[in-house]
Amino acid sequence: MPKYIVKRAFMAAVTAFLVATLTFFIMNMVPGGPFLAEKAVTPQAQAAMEAKFGLDKPLSEQYITYMEDLMHGDLGPSLKKRGRTVNQIIATKFPVSAKLGGIAILVAVFVGVPLGSVAAFNRGKFLDNLIIVGSTAGIAIPNFLSSTLLMYFLSTKLNLLPSMGLNNPVNYIMPVIALSLYPTAYIARLMRSSMLDVMGQDYMRTARAKGISTFKSIFKHALRNAILPVVTYLGPLLASLMTGSFIIEKIFTIPGLGSEFVGAITSRDYPMIMGTTIFLAVFIIIMNMIVDIAYAYIDPRIKLK
Amino acid sequence: MKKKLALVMAVVMTASLALAGCGGSKADATTAAEGTEAAGTEAAGTEGGKVLDVQVGPSPETIDPALNSTVDGANMIIHAFEGLLKFDKDNKVVGGLAESWEPSEDGLTWTFHLRPDLKWSDGSALTANDFVYSWKRVADPMTAAPYGYDLLNQVVGYEEASAGDIDALGVSAPDDNTFVVELSSPCMFFDKISAFAVLVPVQQATVEANGEAWTTNPETYITSGPYYMTEFTDGSQIVFQKNPNYWDAANITFDQIVWHLIENANASYSAYQQGELALIKDVPTEEIASLEGNPEYHVEPIMGTYYISYNTQKEPFDNPQVREALNLAIDRKYVAETIMQGTYSPAKNFVGPGVSDAEAGSSFEEVTTATYGDHYDIDNYEADLEKAKQILAEAGYPNGEGFPAIEYMTNDQGYHKPVAEYLQSAWAELGINLTINVQEWKTVSADRRAGNYQIARNGWVYDWDDPSNMINLLETPNGNNDGKYSNPEFDELVDKARMATDAKDHYDYLHQAEQILLNDAAMCPVAYYNEFWLQKENLKNTWHSPYGYWYLMYGTLE
Repeated sequence: MPKYIVKRAFMAAVTAFLVATLTFFIMNMVPGGPFLAEKAVTPQAQAAMEAKFGLDKPLSEQYITYMEDLMHGDLGPSLKKRGRTVNQIIATKFPVSAKLGGIAILVAVFVGVPLGSVAAFNRGKFLDNLIIVGSTAGIAIPNFLSSTLLMYFLSTKLNLLPSMGLNNPVNYIMPVIALSLYPTAYIARLMRSSMLDVMGQDYMRTARAKGISTFKSIFKHALRNAILPVVTYLGPLLASLMTGSFIIEKIFTIPGLGSEFVGAITSRDYPMIMGTTIFLAVFIIIMNMIVDIAYAYIDPRIKLK
Repeated sequence: MKKKLALVMAVVMTASLALAGCGGSKADATTAAEGTEAAGTEAAGTEGGKVLDVQVGPSPETIDPALNSTVDGANMIIHAFEGLLKFDKDNKVVGGLAESWEPSEDGLTWTFHLRPDLKWSDGSALTANDFVYSWKRVADPMTAAPYGYDLLNQVVGYEEASAGDIDALGVSAPDDNTFVVELSSPCMFFDKISAFAVLVPVQQATVEANGEAWTTNPETYITSGPYYMTEFTDGSQIVFQKNPNYWDAANITFDQIVWHLIENANASYSAYQQGELALIKDVPTEEIASLEGNPEYHVEPIMGTYYISYNTQKEPFDNPQVREALNLAIDRKYVAETIMQGTYSPAKNFVGPGVSDAEAGSSFEEVTTATYGDHYDIDNYEADLEKAKQILAEAGYPNGEGFPAIEYMTNDQGYHKPVAEYLQSAWAELGINLTINVQEWKTVSADRRAGNYQIARNGWVYDWDDPSNMINLLETPNGNNDGKYSNPEFDELVDKARMATDAKDHYDYLHQAEQILLNDAAMCPVAYYNEFWLQKENLKNTWHSPYGYWYLMYGTLE
């Protein structure tokens, strides 16, 4: 196991390095620049700003400087939010997104898993059909629509919930619903099909033949095997939900990291683009690694090499 | 075996909770001001106008006066800082931290007399030396202020200062209450420039101790104006508190202004309808049709023109007749009132309303209409269209025969795409085939600047109230001359206007210059900018200036 972790960590570093390098050069190939505005800044001001942030140097030199700083964990200053470093921005905004995303994941798991299981046990019956229809809708409705509808009805029309910010616990209700709708539906479907698959296995029949109670057979044997695909899905889900959603954060005015990903690109804030991309890449890699290790615990047949 | 499942769940949960946990404390730390939302609702109702909750844009890029180049940032800066001079309700220049000022006879030396006993928000003394420091900071290449050149290039020694020798800048403080600026050439409207939000004083001690980060922390954001900052949560809200050390604090009405940094128009509209906000700038365009006639819905001009750039270096746009034919074939009234839903006004010339002329209280646009007549007859588009067809035929393309297929470049925001589609149908009347090339905003800006286009959407909002700010865009060396228009006769007039010491001459030259642009069809004016917003009827005594700023500090909630 330790050997496996070392190997994965090494691969992770290589992947992160490739992501950083590719992003750096692709980003510089896109037309426009951080100081290009609708209203032209004078060539003097442009030159002064480029010199200040080292953008006047050849690209190869900028790349080397950036990578050196990156090795020291320094993601550089934001070019647009002057006076803030990328490290600071991520450090203040990521926790906001992570908290919201974390809650949404808990909701998705604790609602999605039981729903899927219930559907599987009632296969073909009314409850099953209801859950299938519901989860199909949950997958099909994009979150910009669900959040706009939520805001329109619960906030604008009925005046039940505040429409912006995260000052109070009630503020979390709408964004959490909007964020968790898709993963809940997806988990329910995953859970349903894998539960059906597991229940048809020989060992389940054996367990029942041996006289183990339904309750015990489900919790001890079926659930543990059926949950594997959900765990696989949790890795990328954790990474994507916890780093924030551009749309949800815009709609509910949440000061999270999600909006920075897109904002950095449209404003060509180079260090922000690099910082957020690398951060997301590393986060996904780590989450996938955790999931792979978790695998071995759930299913002893899986050996990590 | 159950243990292992529990372990897996534990791993997953801790991964989310550990991070969520550390997040909680930090978020709490920054939102020190308790329950602002509740405060907002109270303000709208019972508390009698102590707290004002507004939305005038998303998170500003910066609220450092020297670094700011946006209207969103300026809106906050004018509430936190005051400069030498400022604008009143009628957009006239009045004393700010300076109580009197006078230019010398040759127009080259401007002397400002500060009010006695001025103080920073931290209580320390504010003197003329603070202005010397702040103006030099704007010129300093290490500050890299976007507006440094525009505002200070006419100050003696700017060139040396912007190259690094900042003490060469011609600003001085003969005593604590006198600030003197020396200009290398006279400037008719230097009073308006010295009222510009970039040139307000900033405190040397805090800037030097904290670097550019001084604006991100309430404790180090020392201000000179009506308010100081108590909270800054990027992407959420900025809270301003009344500054008791401000010289005119007695007239400032709101104890607190909360700037809600909402990016989504539907979200701000929803918060407005719930009564959480008393004024919002971002109104969803879908709602506009239903808001007309509503007393809470305001439309006011801001100084700016929506126009189209032709690449005058490329065929067929190197022919002024072609450009004029295209210009005349547009029904500007239809564009402004129907396509843009009345949020713009039809352009009759290049310089629109809100811009002054020589006489106090006069309007440049009105003088144009009276002296030269309007270039575009917005009430009789049919006649203009006939003229267009005739001119196009004279240019060698009767009914558009032989006219090459042309392309219009724009980004897809606001009304840009509907306008592009309108142009497609309007120019089809001339027999011209237009394709639309929609690009992302930065790409449009970059390609337009580099001349990689045929026709492109363009626009300009004035930095200060002088027509030269718009007209000079077409000057040969101007960095914003995207059409690469070049006309020596025009350049000469612009230069004369710049050097003029007499107001009458200054504006006369600019009128002549504008006529050249219009007759030469140097670009295509389409519409004048308006600002539209929602404001609760009980919010009174605030005003909106043609610069696009809201003045909320004297407002009342009744």
